[in-house]
Amino acid sequence: MAKLKEHVSHEMGLHTEQLAGRTQQVFFDPEEGENFAYPTSFDVDFNKRTEFDAKDLETNAINLKIRELVKQGYGTIVVQNPGAKHSLGVGIFNRLQLYFEGSLGYFGVGLIDGPNVRISGRVGWSCAENMMAGTVIIEKNAGSCFGAAIRGGDLVCKGNVGARTGIDMKGGTIIVGGKTGILSGFMMQRGRMIICGDAGENLGDSMYDGTIFVGGRIDSLGVDAVEAEMTELDKSWLKRKLKTYEFNGADNVDHFKKIVAGKQLWNYDNLEPSEKKLVL
Amino acid sequence: MCGIAGLIHRGKSANIGKELTAMLQSLKHRGPDSTGFALYGPAMADKHVMRFKVAEQEEVKHGFKIREQMKERKQTVDARLKEMGARVELETQVTDYAFRYVFSYHDELRRLAEYIEDVEGAEILSIGHALELIKDLGDATRVSDQYNLGNFNGTHAIGHTRMATESDVDIRSAHPYWAYPFDDVSVVHNGQLTNYWMKRRALERRGHRFMSDCDSELIAVYVADAIDRGEDLEGAMLRSIHELDGVFTYVVATSDALGMAKDTMAAKPMVLYESDDFVAMASEEMAIRTIFPHEIDTYDPYEGEVRIWQS
Repeated sequence: MAKLKEHVSHEMGLHTEQLAGRTQQVFFDPEEGENFAYPTSFDVDFNKRTEFDAKDLETNAINLKIRELVKQGYGTIVVQNPGAKHSLGVGIFNRLQLYFEGSLGYFGVGLIDGPNVRISGRVGWSCAENMMAGTVIIEKNAGSCFGAAIRGGDLVCKGNVGARTGIDMKGGTIIVGGKTGILSGFMMQRGRMIICGDAGENLGDSMYDGTIFVGGRIDSLGVDAVEAEMTELDKSWLKRKLKTYEFNGADNVDHFKKIVAGKQLWNYDNLEPSEKKLVL
Repeated sequence: MCGIAGLIHRGKSANIGKELTAMLQSLKHRGPDSTGFALYGPAMADKHVMRFKVAEQEEVKHGFKIREQMKERKQTVDARLKEMGARVELETQVTDYAFRYVFSYHDELRRLAEYIEDVEGAEILSIGHALELIKDLGDATRVSDQYNLGNFNGTHAIGHTRMATESDVDIRSAHPYWAYPFDDVSVVHNGQLTNYWMKRRALERRGHRFMSDCDSELIAVYVADAIDRGEDLEGAMLRSIHELDGVFTYVVATSDALGMAKDTMAAKPMVLYESDDFVAMASEEMAIRTIFPHEIDTYDPYEGEVRIWQS
């Protein structure tokens, strides 16, 4: 078995197990530089800008066009007339400034890791699902399942959002300028959500962990979601986030409520799989 | 999955046939099995428009002696209309098996409808002063061309692209459904009702008839039953949110109104666009974009929401 190189991530305590076999070969190349870049990502120049009209292009062609432009080193890409087509801008593992002038359909910018995306219109269901890093800013409204299962990055909607916002969220930050629908934060596991307006029924139902901040009315809390005390650290973090994304009234966050998991439903331990094997 | 769409022009008429065809064609991927239109043209105060068929499309392709049977069925329908005192003023054969009649009739509509549907193979798709309900197998463009809907002028319309999941691929299981026997009421639905049989049996005991095993028909009959008991459309739709079990978003149209309702879990999609003189809604925004290619403000209605617009 090849000996593992001690990466920065090891110093951070992220890898306590000795991985073996195929897993090691694929994910841990001892010769690879510690830049957290994907093997398929490209060096791009943010000052190198281009735009194209997506009006008469199918989803597949639009996504391939974005990839081709990234490959050519364009760091700023403007997509005009996306026409609410589904699955646009998905699976981008690259530094990139990506602008959509218009609206996206379902499953827009899902599975991204790194790009900064701005959408001037609205997004449909399941926007930024499984997003890992980067920022996504939507100027208008968003549909249901907004930011489902996101793991990192900042996902921002300036308008209203539908039901099940941040369902199964595992990290990152979701910010909603308006209100959200039923079951927002359902089964949330980590990360933070800011809802500046009202939140629908069963907020944070069955959440394991994470934090939800609500500026408006909460119709009802879900099972095992409880209100917690806002700390000064919470307030300063809220102010900073809201200011970063240019929300009005970012200086006044005293009215926000903080919702966390009551952890009464927890029936599992915090052991890693290898530790659990030893116990069992 | 299924796709639904609706539009209403407020205070004016437009080519709703062309508009709805474009919207439904863009939703083809949500349901390629059949497509249906409920179009509301200029109301004829003292006349009824009846859309009916005397066979299923599949029967015409494969049935023995089906052409003679269809001819006989149509003759029987004609005879029964005459017997009931209905005076047919305009008769159009749209396809081999589908007809459009304009007739005068001043007696009870249920008796007339039941007598016609008693003819083997005959099914009334709609009767109304303004409503014309067309549905057939295939995508929106095919059905629209087949029934010449490209120049249909009116105030409002609803439509459906169907992916058959719980009942057959045939015209009787296609949407929209007419709220039999109430003129000018139609329904399209996306979702699944889990208390279908319980509700169906209750409605059958009250004297309502079902033509298919499709759960969406239940909503049409449910609305018809409410109207029958003197309830208004909004009241019936608000009650349905709690009485119908399952996941659903549905759209109802009457002679002068269009309404939508969404279940309490908001499990089925709907996107709305609203301006002073026009409202459009669909399962996906791309359907609305076929009418408005430029940037517009749209939004999702929330869980348990009921909205109604007048033409």
